Amino acid sequence: MSDNFPVPVRPGLFRRLLGLRLVSLGYVVASFGILLAVWWTGALISGVSEALFPTPLGTFRALVEIIADGSLQEHILASMYRFAAGFLSAVLLAVILGLVFGWYGVLFRLVNPVVQLLRPVSPIAWMPFIVLIFGIGDIPAIVIIFIAGFFPVFLSSVAGVRNIPGIYLRVARNFGVGRVEIFWKILFPASFTQIAGGIRLALGTAWVFLVCGEMVGAQSGLGYLIIDARNNLRCDILAADIAVIGLIGLILNSALEYGEHLILRKWGLLGE
Amino acid sequence: MYISISNVNKIYTRKGRPFVALENVSLDIERGEFICLLGPSGCGKSTLLNAIAGFETPSSGRITIDGNLVTRPSRRNVTIFQNYGLLPWRSVLKNVELALESDRSIDRGERARRALHYLELVGLGSFAAASPGTLSGGQQQRVAIARALTADPEIIFMDEPLGALDALTRMKLQDDILRIQRSERKTVIFVTHDIEEAVYLADRVVVMTPNPGMVKSVLKVELGPSRDRTSADFVRLKERIFAIFNMKETYPIEYTI
Ligand SMILES: Nc1ncnc2c1ncn2[C@@H]1O[C@H](COP(=O)(O)OP(=O)(O)O)[C@@H](O)[C@H]1O
Ligand SMILES: [Mg+2]
Repeated sequence: MSDNFPVPVRPGLFRRLLGLRLVSLGYVVASFGILLAVWWTGALISGVSEALFPTPLGTFRALVEIIADGSLQEHILASMYRFAAGFLSAVLLAVILGLVFGWYGVLFRLVNPVVQLLRPVSPIAWMPFIVLIFGIGDIPAIVIIFIAGFFPVFLSSVAGVRNIPGIYLRVARNFGVGRVEIFWKILFPASFTQIAGGIRLALGTAWVFLVCGEMVGAQSGLGYLIIDARNNLRCDILAADIAVIGLIGLILNSALEYGEHLILRKWGLLGE
Repeated sequence: MYISISNVNKIYTRKGRPFVALENVSLDIERGEFICLLGPSGCGKSTLLNAIAGFETPSSGRITIDGNLVTRPSRRNVTIFQNYGLLPWRSVLKNVELALESDRSIDRGERARRALHYLELVGLGSFAAASPGTLSGGQQQRVAIARALTADPEIIFMDEPLGALDALTRMKLQDDILRIQRSERKTVIFVTHDIEEAVYLADRVVVMTPNPGMVKSVLKVELGPSRDRTSADFVRLKERIFAIFNMKETYPIEYTI
């Protein structure tokens, strides 16, 4: 009896990390297949020299080359360190400030005009200031990532707190939940879904700006590798670097979604 | 008098105009009484309940509990809402424990023990680890009742707590609420728009009418502790209340069947 009882299969970690399900796997393969085909054909029939328009094969060789000499790993490490430092500090600060400012509405009204003024300014615009003040190195990229990551998380935390159903607050009041406790007992979990949305948005944006930050203010990292490849006229390395940047961005995003999913499930917020 | 409501008015501003949600409400409630606030939607039942519970302040008039003016919600009184008010990110047991968390004199073990005791009292001991979202509406309301009892309140306020439940679950919970109210000796103020529910539960039914929200009549239900929904007295009382809603002139305030 038990051997033909259908056991629900949960997609494995790896498949979830890449956001793939069995049904969509075919589409993923097809999608990349088309990309490669178009790219390869374009490279062959365009008449542009291979040095300027690398083929997928040339790109793959370049990738093997920078892995073999260890430079790619170094650049990835440098980028990941900056990304982690900038992004995590932005998320931490933005969530805390967002909860506080969302809860004490007067505070938010006071800062909101300035936030709205600063938000549309591209983080890159700050770059000259940052480089002049901090010099070239890790700091400019970290600061750029921080700026890029901060606003989406801050604004979604504020909105999350303000959209909390009144009943949770009444329950908290009724059972005497304290002024400080209420932040982690009610406000954070009750607005988590919205905060997580902001974090996901911020992750994508911050990863985009990591590359910008490193192109201008650093001597290492995946963004710097772009400039370096251009200076050496190594378009194959450039293409390989772009593929790596895209792949890491994809993995980061999927990992975050997976983590978010775990928390939502643990907290019974999935609404299944 | 335990709870004393005297000349309470509540005026909201709606679209820039004053709107009278409660007009000149006066009512005295004794300790241990089961009071039903009965009336059609919009007659100010929730407003009155929230004012007694301290969630809203009256525009004028006074509400005192045990001689103290009500100004804000107190941990000694607990409110149960129609949509349960459970925190979905906590387990059932942790939801019940919330009632004791602000009391520093109770350690974790004792807290869990007491919470489990009341979960068992409402018949949900085996659901302690479950997530509230996986329970039925009736079960969720039982959890809310267990949580209220765990706080060991003097008064339990209930705002249409059974309004979202199907008829059979509803009758079962009515019996449970009555049983628990008697054994735990709580004062209960219970909002409903269902005449039968009010007559089944209440020691006294406060009949309210809208525009402006006011108390039209207060009826003492002298049907004894075990009530038969089909008995002649029960049906007669229901009809009486039904008649009051259809009457123009104000009824004599205290009234006995
Ligand atoms: N915060 C508020 N602002 C304006 N009007 C309100 C507010 N709360 C309730 N009211 C109005 O007061 C009246 C009584 O509301 P309520 O006490 O909720 O009625 P009930 O619980 O009997 O259905 C309703 O007409 C409602 O629209
Ligand atoms: Mg109501």
